[in-house]
Amino acid sequence: MTSAAGIAPPAEAPPPARSAWRLILRNRLAAAGLVVLASIILLALVTPLLPLHPPNATAPANRLLPPFSDGHLLGTDHLGRDILARLMWGTRLSLAVGISATFIAALIGSVIGILAGYTGGRTDNTMMRGIDMLMAFPYILLALAIVAVLGPGLFNALIAVAIVNIPFFARNIRGATVGIVHREFIDAARLSGKGRLRILAADVLPNVLPVIVITMSTTVGWMILETAGLSFLGLGSQPPQADLGSMLGEGRRLLMNAPHVSYLPGLVIFLIVMSINLLGDGVRDALDPRLRAGALARPAPMTAIDRTDMGTDVAPVDAPLSVDHLTTQFRLGSDTHHAVNEVSLSLGRGECLGVIGESGSGKSVTALSLAALVASPPGVIAGGRVLLHGSDLLSKSARELRKVRGRDVAYIFQDPLSTLHPQFTVGDQLVEAIRAHRHMSRAAAWAEAVRLLDLVRIPNPRGRARAYPHELSGGMRQRVGIAMALANAPEIIVADEPTTALDVTVQAQVLDLMDELRRDRDTAVLFITHDFGVVTQICDRVAVMYAGRIVETGPTRQVLEDPAHPYTRKLIDCVPVLGSGRRRFDAISGLPPAANRLPRGCAFAERCELADAACRAGPIAMHEIAAGRQARCVRPLAGTS
Amino acid sequence: MTTAVLEAEELTKAFGGGRSLLGAPKPVIHAVQDVSLTLNEGETFGVVGESGCGKSTLARMLVGLSTPTRGTIRIAGKPFDRHLLGATAQYVFQDPVSSLNPRHTVRRILEAPLIHLKRLGRDARAARINYLMDAVGLRPDFLERYPHEFSGGQAQRIGIARALAAEARIIVLDEPVSALDVSVQAQILNLLADLKARFGLTYLFISHDLAVVEAVADRVAVMYFGRIVEEAPADRLFAHPHHPYTRLLLDSAPAITGKRIDAGEQPAELPDPLAPPPGCAFAERCPHARADCRARRPPLAPMGPYHSAACLYPLNATD
Amino acid sequence: MTAYVFKRLVALIPVLLGLSIIVFAIMALIPGDPALAILGAYATPENVARLNRQLGLDQPLPLQYLTWLGNILTGDFGRSYSLNRPVIDEVLERFQATLVLAGAALVLCTLWGVLAGIVAAVRQYGWADRIVTFIVLVGISIPSFWLGLLLILLFAVELRWLPASGMYSVYGGGDLPDLLRHLVLPAVTLSAVAAGVIARLTRSAMLEVLRQDFIRTARAKGVGERGVVYRHALKAAMVSVVPVIGVQAGFVLSGAVYIETVFQWPGIGRMLVNAISTRDILLVQGGVLVVAASYVLFNLCADVVQHLLDPRVQA
Repeated sequence: MTSAAGIAPPAEAPPPARSAWRLILRNRLAAAGLVVLASIILLALVTPLLPLHPPNATAPANRLLPPFSDGHLLGTDHLGRDILARLMWGTRLSLAVGISATFIAALIGSVIGILAGYTGGRTDNTMMRGIDMLMAFPYILLALAIVAVLGPGLFNALIAVAIVNIPFFARNIRGATVGIVHREFIDAARLSGKGRLRILAADVLPNVLPVIVITMSTTVGWMILETAGLSFLGLGSQPPQADLGSMLGEGRRLLMNAPHVSYLPGLVIFLIVMSINLLGDGVRDALDPRLRAGALARPAPMTAIDRTDMGTDVAPVDAPLSVDHLTTQFRLGSDTHHAVNEVSLSLGRGECLGVIGESGSGKSVTALSLAALVASPPGVIAGGRVLLHGSDLLSKSARELRKVRGRDVAYIFQDPLSTLHPQFTVGDQLVEAIRAHRHMSRAAAWAEAVRLLDLVRIPNPRGRARAYPHELSGGMRQRVGIAMALANAPEIIVADEPTTALDVTVQAQVLDLMDELRRDRDTAVLFITHDFGVVTQICDRVAVMYAGRIVETGPTRQVLEDPAHPYTRKLIDCVPVLGSGRRRFDAISGLPPAANRLPRGCAFAERCELADAACRAGPIAMHEIAAGRQARCVRPLAGTS
Repeated sequence: MTTAVLEAEELTKAFGGGRSLLGAPKPVIHAVQDVSLTLNEGETFGVVGESGCGKSTLARMLVGLSTPTRGTIRIAGKPFDRHLLGATAQYVFQDPVSSLNPRHTVRRILEAPLIHLKRLGRDARAARINYLMDAVGLRPDFLERYPHEFSGGQAQRIGIARALAAEARIIVLDEPVSALDVSVQAQILNLLADLKARFGLTYLFISHDLAVVEAVADRVAVMYFGRIVEEAPADRLFAHPHHPYTRLLLDSAPAITGKRIDAGEQPAELPDPLAPPPGCAFAERCPHARADCRARRPPLAPMGPYHSAACLYPLNATD
Repeated sequence: MTAYVFKRLVALIPVLLGLSIIVFAIMALIPGDPALAILGAYATPENVARLNRQLGLDQPLPLQYLTWLGNILTGDFGRSYSLNRPVIDEVLERFQATLVLAGAALVLCTLWGVLAGIVAAVRQYGWADRIVTFIVLVGISIPSFWLGLLLILLFAVELRWLPASGMYSVYGGGDLPDLLRHLVLPAVTLSAVAAGVIARLTRSAMLEVLRQDFIRTARAKGVGERGVVYRHALKAAMVSVVPVIGVQAGFVLSGAVYIETVFQWPGIGRMLVNAISTRDILLVQGGVLVVAASYVLFNLCADVVQHLLDPRVQA
């Protein structure tokens, strides 16, 4: 009920190790990185077995041979040493040092991070102050200082690089741990009688582990670069022993006459780090649930439109808005979620139509589809028309649609804290809404904004216009949301669960306000909600949605008092009513069908006591059951007389 | 004759406070202040309030998840023993999915209290888990699945099974149905009623939804700004509220019957918790407030049989 | 705002004290006799004893630290034995050169990192995005000292467009155009890695922000795509980019050590490497302290900018 997508993939699927591997391999770049890296590591492992020249054997006669010389495939350096052999032995050394440093840093950093995050309080504070202090140094200064203390040498460089990276791990892992420790399942584990250590091992650690792996995979390349760098400066490996960095450092002096001595080791470092980074990105994408299923795809300015049918009905002339067989889907890979299926409705001048349904019923997606605001990808409007005074909004270009949004059709969203921009004052946001459609000076628009804030009864509107959203209470914020929708006196307002995030006393005031304003201004409202009580307060007519379809529509009182569709009937019976004392509920058994596996026939048949073969055979059409009342049922409960 | 299974006296929970390094006092927020309540065996005690009233903080203190700054909790007459966390009082969380470890199977989640609190052997555990799954209406083949594979209603059933596993007789339900759709909410409320009868449980039921609380509770306390402002048997509270805030809550709740809501004229804002008013916290919003309401805080005082309210000028005071 | 800056400045004092303790510890941790290390291999025992007395090294450590701190606060960083001049003079002179290089690189990497990130986000999965992603990947994988060598080979040796090393020409240089010509290659090299990191982060921050509810609100108001991307999304994305630019300043200062070595730039990084090789501990101490302090100050500026950008961030 919270987000636009409605059917966002499960937020936190724990990836079993096998599927994570599969995800990495499916990522072509990551797979390429894996292949290159695996080959390099394999070569490094078998280097002692290969028939190579001894890497440190000097031969002054063969100084600075170019590549492809006889017996020296990659040539020789200034002491006549075989570069191929030195490269392979150097790679071995660089990899060993870089990877060891990563493991040391990861181990110590993770222990610090987990302890600090799990213990909290003073221990956490002290540890993190220390870590902050280390991070106050540009990292190489610290490494240089450590080498200055320990003296130059490869092992000392390893220690320096590891120490320098500990704060980075500690910070990341602490952050992840704090996020886990405050989750409710940790409380549940405490209530299950688990001790602190057991919770740490069984509940915290498994959830932090992916973060450790991601951090390692993204830093190991960096660590190899750093150790090579220290060697390059002459502070790492000491002659005659050579890693890739020190080879590069030695070759630098011969840059002008024998460039291959320096560019070859550099190339190998580059290849190693690049392959690690490619693989690291793949690992991160596979393990981070936020990045799965293209979750970071940028939503287009308007929903993708790929209509196979264009609806059938002719628009009623008097209705400002009529929706005709609107169909919206979410296409995730090969899976299609049918969120909205052939929804038709019309909204008369000044009328308030409630669309009610449970989560996943498609009510919010319907609302957002009207102005093509469904996030796309993955949303696609696959059919139907949205007619504003007879002209189809879905045939308009993004540029034309922009002129309709906010001027003819305005929106009020659910959670005003997340739907208002946190960094602009509410006055600025109102001014923007006004000036998006009207040519007006900033000063005039500001005065208009203050007038709008006054209209929605915000005390001290002049002062509040300069407030940021987070400085207002939830009720005040939603009033700002309403003011913004009214900014250009639209004919139609779509309100998507505008009071769901509010407390009941605040909700009452906001509903009052909305009802009064829409009557005063003769604005038509499409009111999306899951709450029958709210519908009765404000809606003239109501449409009930189930599994992406409207199953019943009619005047509010009639539908609620004498529902025709068995789903409506049962849903109303589930609603607790104030004043009816202690009671049991007539619950609906089972669950709604999944949006990617809708049945052919009535979607409610599986949960309906009255259903028979005819209900399951095929699509059920909407029937007129009384004047102004329709139901999608072969044997409706009401109106048949 | 009613026996008290849980007694809380003058529970207070303060956040912040203390002094900074330089000795300046840090701001204190009292999430819960001087709350006393008694849970009688076999009853459902409802706690109603809006966001920020301290009802969840109170609930966490009652089961021992959080330590009170002041006040005492006695369970079955004995002071609360932190080593018995989970053994005497259990908890059902608001967000069913986040209360289950995403990396554990249902079996592992349900096994934990049986191992650590009940110290059952392997076979006894398996039998008990099957029994629990049956009790909450879930198929046994769900046991090997992970929490993300379940809908909110199913996940809440698992959470309830976990709370039942340790055979604690007191269950604190913290908004157990507010994250659920109304049809699922009805299923869970019915399940909770069945389990209560079957296992002889005592419930503390927390909710922001008056209609839900009315449907389940024997007695109800209304909280506002960290304190209980009214407490009464459910039927009395809903029929004859004494506190104007209870009245406002009742009037604000939209009902399917079409009764018009009455929103009240004053802006619905809570006082600043960093600078709480000296008098009644509700005075600024109260249509009946007089000068002395703002000067001193009305104590929670008896107003009738089993009925008390913290108001100087209570409504329906004649009956 | 002023209150915030003041608060942050006060909070800086313990950080700077901590820095000084760590830097002091470096000297204290040197195995063997520090005076011997400072004076080098040719020290006579009398000189060692005298220096020990001078430095107060016969005192207990905390007292040594206080004496040392007092000296630092009055600008006395001691004397470099290898250069035979006051440490502070050498450090400040070298630091100026590093500031020119690192400053230029930081401006460059911020500019093209943010630009590339925006382009990649706006054209997600398009050609521009792929090219930027590839360049970024190369940028963060390439050893900067090697990139520097390649650029010298190409632009200085082969094409002869730009000088290969130094800050000014040996003969007849010394003016601003001369400095800029010398600056191009090292600054570009130095900015490569940091630009990659910033571009990556800007891209993902933009994509993250573009999915937020308030972006949908802006679209629902009828704000044009330009306004949505450059006013709403960019402003929100910068909140997470700015602190990273602060962190990148550390990477640029670090990278400067390599780049100064490669391009013979007379900066503090090269000075430090030489000082470590010659075991000139006082010079190392002074250099590390000054660079670290300036980095801390820069991060303070980044925090202030972030505070200006995001009214929700509290002190």
